[in-house]
Amino acid sequence: MSAGPAALLEVEHLTMRFGGIAAVNDVSFRVQTNEIAALIGPNGAGKTTLFNCLTGFYKPPVGRMQLHAGDGKPFLLERMEGFRIAREARVIRTFQNARLFAGMSVLENLIVAQHTATARASGAVSGILGLPAHRKATRIARDLARHWLDRTGLMFAADELAGSLPYGMQRRLEIARAMCARPRLLCLDEPAAGLNARESDSLNTLLLDIRREHGTSILLVEHDMSVVMRVSDHVIVLDHGVVIADGAPADVRNNPDVIRAYLGAANGTTAIRAVAIAC
Amino acid sequence: MWRLRVLAAFHELRDCAALRDAGRAGGIAAVLAFPILGFRLADSPQGLRLETRFSWVVFAAAAVFIARLMHHGLHRLPGLAFARAPGFANIAARARFSEPSTYAALIVFAVLLPWLPFTGRNTVDRATLILIYVMLGTGLNIVVGLAGLLDLGYVAFYAVGAYSYALLWQNFGLSFWECLPLAGALAAGFGLALGFPVLRLRGDYLAIVTLGFGEIVHVILLNWTPVTGGPNGIAGIPRPTFFGLPFAPSAPEGGKTFADYFGIAFSPLHRIYFLYYLILAMALIGAALVWRLRRLPLGRAWEALREDEIACQSLGLNPTIIKLSAFALGAMFAGFAGAFFAARQGFISPESFTFIESAIILSIVVLGGMGSQLGLTLAAILLVGLPEWFRDLAEYRMLAFGAAMVLVMQWRPKGLAQRRAPTVRLGNAPAPAPAQAMAEAP
Repeated sequence: MSAGPAALLEVEHLTMRFGGIAAVNDVSFRVQTNEIAALIGPNGAGKTTLFNCLTGFYKPPVGRMQLHAGDGKPFLLERMEGFRIAREARVIRTFQNARLFAGMSVLENLIVAQHTATARASGAVSGILGLPAHRKATRIARDLARHWLDRTGLMFAADELAGSLPYGMQRRLEIARAMCARPRLLCLDEPAAGLNARESDSLNTLLLDIRREHGTSILLVEHDMSVVMRVSDHVIVLDHGVVIADGAPADVRNNPDVIRAYLGAANGTTAIRAVAIAC
Repeated sequence: MWRLRVLAAFHELRDCAALRDAGRAGGIAAVLAFPILGFRLADSPQGLRLETRFSWVVFAAAAVFIARLMHHGLHRLPGLAFARAPGFANIAARARFSEPSTYAALIVFAVLLPWLPFTGRNTVDRATLILIYVMLGTGLNIVVGLAGLLDLGYVAFYAVGAYSYALLWQNFGLSFWECLPLAGALAAGFGLALGFPVLRLRGDYLAIVTLGFGEIVHVILLNWTPVTGGPNGIAGIPRPTFFGLPFAPSAPEGGKTFADYFGIAFSPLHRIYFLYYLILAMALIGAALVWRLRRLPLGRAWEALREDEIACQSLGLNPTIIKLSAFALGAMFAGFAGAFFAARQGFISPESFTFIESAIILSIVVLGGMGSQLGLTLAAILLVGLPEWFRDLAEYRMLAFGAAMVLVMQWRPKGLAQRRAPTVRLGNAPAPAPAQAMAEAP
């Protein structure tokens, strides 16, 4: 692990227990600024638990999670309420099963995501009276929403109900919505789950573009190795709540511990070949 | 072609399934009607006597059988089939329930109502009552329709508003106009008081706690006799004045009445019309405020909370503030309505603030279609107006009420306004070019 001051997210000795089970056990890793990091591991390895700790849904009893926002003191995520992590540290997540505002239109979903900025800029009185400050805030919100509709190819569906979209579009909308909240760190929970080959290809492009154009760092939990291997700079492998490998994709792919965790094989070139094919 | 289809429809009536189903419905009706309609206690010189009237049971069962059979037949008529197509429902909803012209027409009608040739004192009185419920529905709509928090104790805030005015007048001699904002503020305060303990609850559990809250307020009003007057209530509450000018046949000393001031003959109608316009103005301001709020970050946050609380949190929305603001603002509307109610009746007692009121207000919101202002206005007219207009039916008017409710739910299962129009649309401007958007985006 390279310990540079540029790390955006530093997780140290994070532990989360449910009864006697340590779902996440003494986990430490870093995500550098402008990096796409992937968190992989077999089912039940603790990936989603880790996500829930990062975004404030669980309060881990042990460990430290620091987010360096560039200037000033780092945010200590383990001490912040969930909505503050999203609002102030701007760690924004998506969910394994898209959690959209199904009864609202696609555009409204994207506008709600900008709630904090819009509410602050427009103000209560100016909002009720429709004064210029409010109108300007609304226009900015709509422009950003339009930008992300365009990027995710959902422009044509802007006024449709979010819940009426097909599954693949809902996943894209969730990413667009997260981006509208202007994240420093975007946490994606299995963004490619249920997508076909072409859709996951365009997801790859989208993630790389997000990183390139907006400098947003991305942490993703993923099972789809084609996504993980192609987009990530850095792969962290969890098994039974413990980090078993951490490094560049190519290194992790050939790590015997990883192969064992995935295939349960003690040894054997067959297993290595199987992983190579899967990747 | 059309005639053929009608014929075919009635041919299908021979279909045994329809007959069997109608028979079953008739059978159920007979079983239900047997104890309800079949027996009757009657007064006679020898004391109470049990009368039987089994012919009624037969009639009821036959009526249900025929109605059910017609229901089957009608389903297959081309016109109705068309009305049931989802596309048509959308068109109808768009045409009738989203157009500003409908709002304009309703408002113009409401303003002109007292001057229409067929309206008398009674009609204006009933319209005033309906508007009180529109006001209450508007407030509850914030809590239930927009924020999605099921509140079964809403009547508590209505009571708080009414008793605020009554008690502030009784103890401090404050006038209606001074009490109106205070009643709203006090009710909002009670809304917050209810909001805090229920922040973590949702769904059924929230409903039970709010139900309990409504009962607590009712029981306090009933038993805290030294302050609230207990079951006797508070009487002699002064009527609202026209900005200081009372509506009375003779002026108090050194003052002028409304009629004197404008140089017109006194008529008791003045006050009734004034009350009507007052509540109309209050309801319109309330509706306008909600319309505006829905287009603001706060209003959208309410709706987002209804859709998914966890997603709200993950986007940086503070659920505590959103819930409390919904409870407080919703309660404030009930507070205003309560103060108006006290001023209109001149007498209030815990009788007026029972659970059934909460149920009626909730029905208005649900029947109107969750979140729709126009829908709840129509529902208030239907639910509060119909039983009033069917008073001639005496004890059977609740039957008409129930029948109307069943019909509406058949016709529009999601409420009168089924389609929610988005609160924001993309402007007509073309999408910004990628390069430009990149430069603008942070």
